[in-house]
Amino acid sequence: MDMEAARMIGAGLAVFPLLGVGLGIGSIFSNLIQSVARNPEARKELFSIGILGFALTEAVALFALLIAFLILFK
Amino acid sequence: MDSPLEQFRVKVLIPLHVGTVDLSFTNSSLFMMLSALAIFLFLGVGLRKKSLVPGRFQSLVEISYELILGMIRDNVGDAGKQFFPFIFSIFLFVLFGNLLGMIPYAFTFTSQIILTFGLACLVFVAVTIVGFLKHGVRFFKFFLPSGAPLFMAPILIPIELISYLSRPLSLSIRLFANMMAGHTMLKVFALFTVLLGAYGISTVLLNTILIGFEVLVAFLQAYVFSVLSCLYLSDAINMH
Repeated sequence: MDMEAARMIGAGLAVFPLLGVGLGIGSIFSNLIQSVARNPEARKELFSIGILGFALTEAVALFALLIAFLILFK
Repeated sequence: MDSPLEQFRVKVLIPLHVGTVDLSFTNSSLFMMLSALAIFLFLGVGLRKKSLVPGRFQSLVEISYELILGMIRDNVGDAGKQFFPFIFSIFLFVLFGNLLGMIPYAFTFTSQIILTFGLACLVFVAVTIVGFLKHGVRFFKFFLPSGAPLFMAPILIPIELISYLSRPLSLSIRLFANMMAGHTMLKVFALFTVLLGAYGISTVLLNTILIGFEVLVAFLQAYVFSVLSCLYLSDAINMH
């Protein structure tokens, strides 16, 4: 198989983990909404923990994107 | 048409070689200096009036101060107050670096892995040294959590060790990849505007929304870098 074609296929395969990341981020915010609904007083504190969780999960998405870029442009 | 990754090329502005070491002044260094200058201006002009009831600009400075002070107090406790200048400097440097990169034709120096890796290594080494200074050799008990049975130690200790050593890696890659991916995405969507020619006007709203999102990510990534540094610091000081 041609190297360029293999690169394209590799980069396309490298973004499959984003499925898990999407589920994870949705899960974090769904739990955030439920917790705020139970206890509206704690909104600020829960929101900052939620943002921290979101950024950590997003980092995994970017690891996958990084691999895709490394495959495409190395 | 340039590839979207062309914006991350480091260009030498003033070549300067000392022996075999390349100390050239690049566009990356220029923007780091501009960021430091912007921080000085932000803090200097904001705190000039020193009024008890702050005006708008002084409020901004006080909000950023209290954000980081509150973050340290919540995560590290009162023992962490001495690390406030460290965390505050890191937060402002990363924040202004990210924000300066949003200016058109500017260079985002936080999208360079060597810079984010340097910052993350700085945090990691500082936190480890603080841990050793505070706890001595008992710092190694961190890798064997207190409730765990002893027969699990050969499995648990390597896992904990690897996860500890991967902290600077994940910290640096998070910031670098967010910035690089964000700016590449902006470039690609802007490319669509150019390629559509006259119909490119339909993409203007989307591009504006994406730029707004990218500014949000700039703030978020600076905040997350600082929060994680505070958490690692708290692991070294407490939790033993």
